[in-house]
Amino acid sequence: MLKETPSQTAGPYVHIGCIPQYSGIDGIYPNDPGCALPADAQGTLIRLGGKIFDGNHDVVKDALVELWQRDGDGDKGIWLRQPTDLSNGFYQFDTVMPAAVLGAPHICLWIVARGINLGLHTRVYFPDEPKNEHDPVLTSAGKRRDTLISTRPDPEEDESDIGFPVYRFDIRLQGERETVFLNV
Amino acid sequence: MKQRSLKQRDYDWHPQALSPDYKSSILRSPTQPLLRVDGLASELDGPAFSPDVIGPLDHNLIQNYAAALGSNGEAIGPRIIVHGRVVDENNRAVPDTLVEVWQANAGGRYRHINEGYIAPLDENFGGCGRCMTDENGCYRFLTVQPGAYPFPNGPNTWRPAHIHFSVFGTAFAQRLITQMYFEGDPLIQHCAILNAIADPKAVQALIGRLDMETSVPMDCLAYRFDIVLRGEGSTPFENRMEGN
Ligand SMILES: [Fe+2]
Repeated sequence: MLKETPSQTAGPYVHIGCIPQYSGIDGIYPNDPGCALPADAQGTLIRLGGKIFDGNHDVVKDALVELWQRDGDGDKGIWLRQPTDLSNGFYQFDTVMPAAVLGAPHICLWIVARGINLGLHTRVYFPDEPKNEHDPVLTSAGKRRDTLISTRPDPEEDESDIGFPVYRFDIRLQGERETVFLNV
Repeated sequence: MKQRSLKQRDYDWHPQALSPDYKSSILRSPTQPLLRVDGLASELDGPAFSPDVIGPLDHNLIQNYAAALGSNGEAIGPRIIVHGRVVDENNRAVPDTLVEVWQANAGGRYRHINEGYIAPLDENFGGCGRCMTDENGCYRFLTVQPGAYPFPNGPNTWRPAHIHFSVFGTAFAQRLITQMYFEGDPLIQHCAILNAIADPKAVQALIGRLDMETSVPMDCLAYRFDIVLRGEGSTPFENRMEGN
């Protein structure tokens, strides 16, 4: 039996290797992997975004967030990758509302950054979703389940420009209302 | 769609989330225990990439940056092959999986907006590369040996020379980012990031070994770095993923 290769932090320059164009390295790859929703993804467009906070409530501006989910039909997997913006710390995915597969509709996120020694898994659930009631992960999260449920920020204001629903999901790495991270 | 279970991750083998000597971990490490997810889970499935996305120079960090600018310039520094095999904990090859790398140039300088080290940029070096493993799980890069560099962690703290690796496997839960170090580097024992790993055997697993057999006479040396992803557990599930 072999042992898994130990993790090491992605460091502050993860963009160079994972999203080179975002870091200003143009032309080696035709585009940054995971930067756009696959054209054949089915479902209702949504925008998911937020910020990552450290234990001091400071915004983490050098993280990379990866997304894995089912599309709206449930039969296609979607993988996307975005930075937390280097200047304002906001990450944002334009994706589709996932089908309810293996529990209530959810989106899997994986977060790496300087200071994170082993990538963190978490999930995004949706507000006002009746299936949340019986979702095994939300249920076992107990009192901390709300840290896994996204919110709808002021729909009129936020959606006037883009014309589809916006969900906000902030991630707290440490301290008060610390996000539930998964051993999966 | 076939799903499966993965062996439980050995969190004591990995670097500890809170490693006070690595200052950046102090405010970025969760304090609550991770929530265990048993049985079938979305994270047991993951993205697959087509080899068609890989360009002919993507694995060649000596040439790929200059080539993208329309030049045939080459990066400065000791020429090396970095290669190895991606397997799982059951020693099964992980074929057709994406391997991404990034690194500093030979002087220890990254091409990045937040980089402030005084060592110069190399006009022919971008520092990123990628390839897919072949049917045996093997990968191969051509690059220059990166330099050591200082980082703001203590009064005089340096990173040993290293190459960052990102590997996918077939399940989101196998996703791994790590760093390869170089055999014989005296800075290894002084590195706060490596020292976040408790078990010396785990540290050894991150050290690429000089591989004279793969080196090319009068051209380049070679280092070998094998990567192990989480393996399938003993209780595989069958699941058709048809809603719930
Ligand atoms: Fe580095």
